[in-house]
Amino acid sequence: MVGFDFSNHDRNLALHAKGVPLPKATSTGTTIVGCIFDGGVVIAADTRATSGPIVADKNCEKLHYIAPQIWCAGAGTAADTEFTTALISSNLELHALSTGRKPRVVTCMTMLKQHLFRYQGYVGAYLVVAGCDPTGTHLFTVHAHGSTDKLPYVTMGSGSLAAMSVFESQWKPQLTRDEAVKLCADAIQSGIFNDLGSGSNVDVCVITNEKATLLRNYITPNVREEKLRDYRFPRGTTAVLNEKVIKREDLSKYVTVHEIGDEQPTTAETMDVDTT
Amino acid sequence: MNHFPQAWGRPRDDVYGAYDASYLHDQNGPKAHTQSPIVTGTSVVAMKFKDGVVIATDNLASYGALARFTNVKRLRQFNTRAVLGFGGDVSDMQYLDRLLSSLSIRENYSAYASSADSADATEASAELNAKNLHTYLSKVMYKRRSDFNPLWNAILVAGLDGDGKPFLASADLLGSTFSAPSLATGFGAHLAQPMMRRVVPNEAAVANTTREMAEKAVRDAMKVLFYRDARSMDRYSIAIVSKEGGVEMMEDEQLEGQSWAFADRIRGYGTQVN
Amino acid sequence: MGSIFQGAPIPEGPGYSFRETPAVRQAPGPSSAAGERQHGFYPYTDNGGSTLGISGADFAILAGDTRSTSGYNINTRYAPKLYKIGGDAPDTPPIALSVVGFAADGAALAERLDTIVKMYRYQHGKPMGVAACAQRLSHLLYMKRFFPFYVAAILAGLDESGRGALYSYDPVGSYEREQCRAGGAAASLIMPFLDNQVNFKNQNVPGSGQGHALEPRKPYDLPRGTVEELVQDAFTSAVERHIEVGDGLQMMIITRDGIEEVYRDLKKD
Repeated sequence: MVGFDFSNHDRNLALHAKGVPLPKATSTGTTIVGCIFDGGVVIAADTRATSGPIVADKNCEKLHYIAPQIWCAGAGTAADTEFTTALISSNLELHALSTGRKPRVVTCMTMLKQHLFRYQGYVGAYLVVAGCDPTGTHLFTVHAHGSTDKLPYVTMGSGSLAAMSVFESQWKPQLTRDEAVKLCADAIQSGIFNDLGSGSNVDVCVITNEKATLLRNYITPNVREEKLRDYRFPRGTTAVLNEKVIKREDLSKYVTVHEIGDEQPTTAETMDVDTT
Repeated sequence: MNHFPQAWGRPRDDVYGAYDASYLHDQNGPKAHTQSPIVTGTSVVAMKFKDGVVIATDNLASYGALARFTNVKRLRQFNTRAVLGFGGDVSDMQYLDRLLSSLSIRENYSAYASSADSADATEASAELNAKNLHTYLSKVMYKRRSDFNPLWNAILVAGLDGDGKPFLASADLLGSTFSAPSLATGFGAHLAQPMMRRVVPNEAAVANTTREMAEKAVRDAMKVLFYRDARSMDRYSIAIVSKEGGVEMMEDEQLEGQSWAFADRIRGYGTQVN
Repeated sequence: MGSIFQGAPIPEGPGYSFRETPAVRQAPGPSSAAGERQHGFYPYTDNGGSTLGISGADFAILAGDTRSTSGYNINTRYAPKLYKIGGDAPDTPPIALSVVGFAADGAALAERLDTIVKMYRYQHGKPMGVAACAQRLSHLLYMKRFFPFYVAAILAGLDESGRGALYSYDPVGSYEREQCRAGGAAASLIMPFLDNQVNFKNQNVPGSGQGHALEPRKPYDLPRGTVEELVQDAFTSAVERHIEVGDGLQMMIITRDGIEEVYRDLKKD
């Protein structure tokens, strides 16, 4: 299958005309920022995902992998940022393989804007694209309608103004790595504490010519305190109205049951990410 | 059966079309009140420090996207311990100005009359303080919104309360009121408030904030607002109210120390290199 | 707060009401008021936040967070939603009111009720009881039936026998005496917790029977310490999952000795 499936479009229009509201998508209310320093670029994000006024995820990841040295911070509809970055990441990998070169940030940015422009803003992904490639260090913003911008420091999302106030009052040319990380983290915290759509922790990703370093939960200023009371219920508090025990012998009629025993515990594949 | 109760017993719009209510509308229409502001002022920003309050607005009155009047003073001194900052509709601001002038005259007559009677009553203690003024204004605003005839403003009241302590509170077109160590209306609520909250996150921090710190924070906020608020201007008014100095009003300040250092690196918006 | 008028027509939904007919239907004649679309003045806003009240054997607790919001902005981190009603003359029975929703209406309502309770005292030479005060508040709300105070109110005090009394209200004056009630933005998050922990809903006595015969756990008057802990846990949890709740928690504990006020910080993100 290529592209999206529009077969429910007419039905949904009819439902909408009858007053059935649109389903509510999880949005990453969000503060995301990026800042170039001498020798690389930093992007950062908060970790709150909301559905209306309700916090859907207290520690979500808004920094998306595109290529080893290209990362993307996403705001807007959570699913759109997730799938758009995954799609472009995949296409960029194929492109890199067929050209035999490292992927460039401008290529990624162009693919993103062409994809988003095609969907006229209905794919609600607002992105900060950053990375290092043989042509240098780059930082872009991409809006859902397909427009892009190229600046030394950028902010996006509902907390973009709170974050921008930090850059506009504290940014200077020629930053060091540590200064840039501090500036980005301060900008995110400004969003976390002043914008209701943003909250919880600060994620940072530093990209240099050598490597990309993801600093997941770089700052955790909103740790939940201990509850004062214990809310464990004694066994038997909930009434059992019906009980049915399915034994392994019954199950093996339908599926093959293997004994795991003392074998090594199985773990899913883990990605190699430098988290120092 | 449709499960929306408001639909029961009515012809369905999707079958018969919407109900034609044109004959219901009065020929002249109801009495029209302000439905939207016309000539407007943008943000007001203000911040407390240990012995007073700093408040600032720029000197612009916009007509939509047009920078129409570039020398409009949106700070108003009420007396020696209260200054108001107005955002929103300028004609409503001028109405409130007139209303406050008459209030001021009335209050001064009664204040001098009573201070003449009792020897120990000083002029200052009989005058309305910032807190009294804010209470009065918030009642005016709430009454007008309840009459569906709002005064389209967001107002900050800065000054000293009855105990001579710093006072800062807001009142708006809906009659909503609140108070905090730093406040900003309009665009300032998004851009300036985060900057000022870094200096005075709570009342305890106000006690450690000097006049210089507060004035710098407010002037910095005005600068960032000029960078990012498309309805702002680089000429502004700033007032400092304190117990010792009374009201110091500076009405024609120029933004200083702007930085456009980021601009020289920018080449295009995407793939352009030079 | 949006849940208060849940029965209302869906905005921009099907045009079944006379009021919401499309403005443009025909070529506007010279004297026709139709044809133009106006941006009207909407006299309400939602200032967010949440409140909660629980009554006990000889006390009642009211609590509310202190954040005031508009949209995604925080107006202030300290705007109390709790009001003492009727002044603090020595023989006045302690009464407190919490209001959440549109803060300007809340303040106006609290001020009106306070004046009424004080005037009652001056005119009758005796303080107003909490039951009378509760009914008067209902009337105050219904008086504005067609331009309502957009608030969820909870009134707390002590009844004539000294027990904790708690009354909760809808915006137009329907009221009821209850054991516990949550109001405002996070009401739908807190109320089920209260049902379970105060009235022991969905809890049974272990080993008291089988299936449907299992006995439900009987509610009893919770001690003050327990209630204070429940209130704090309810709010620290609401802060985790509702963006409009946070910054600070104000509690008023109403006992025969008067109103004790407690404040503690909540998360500020």
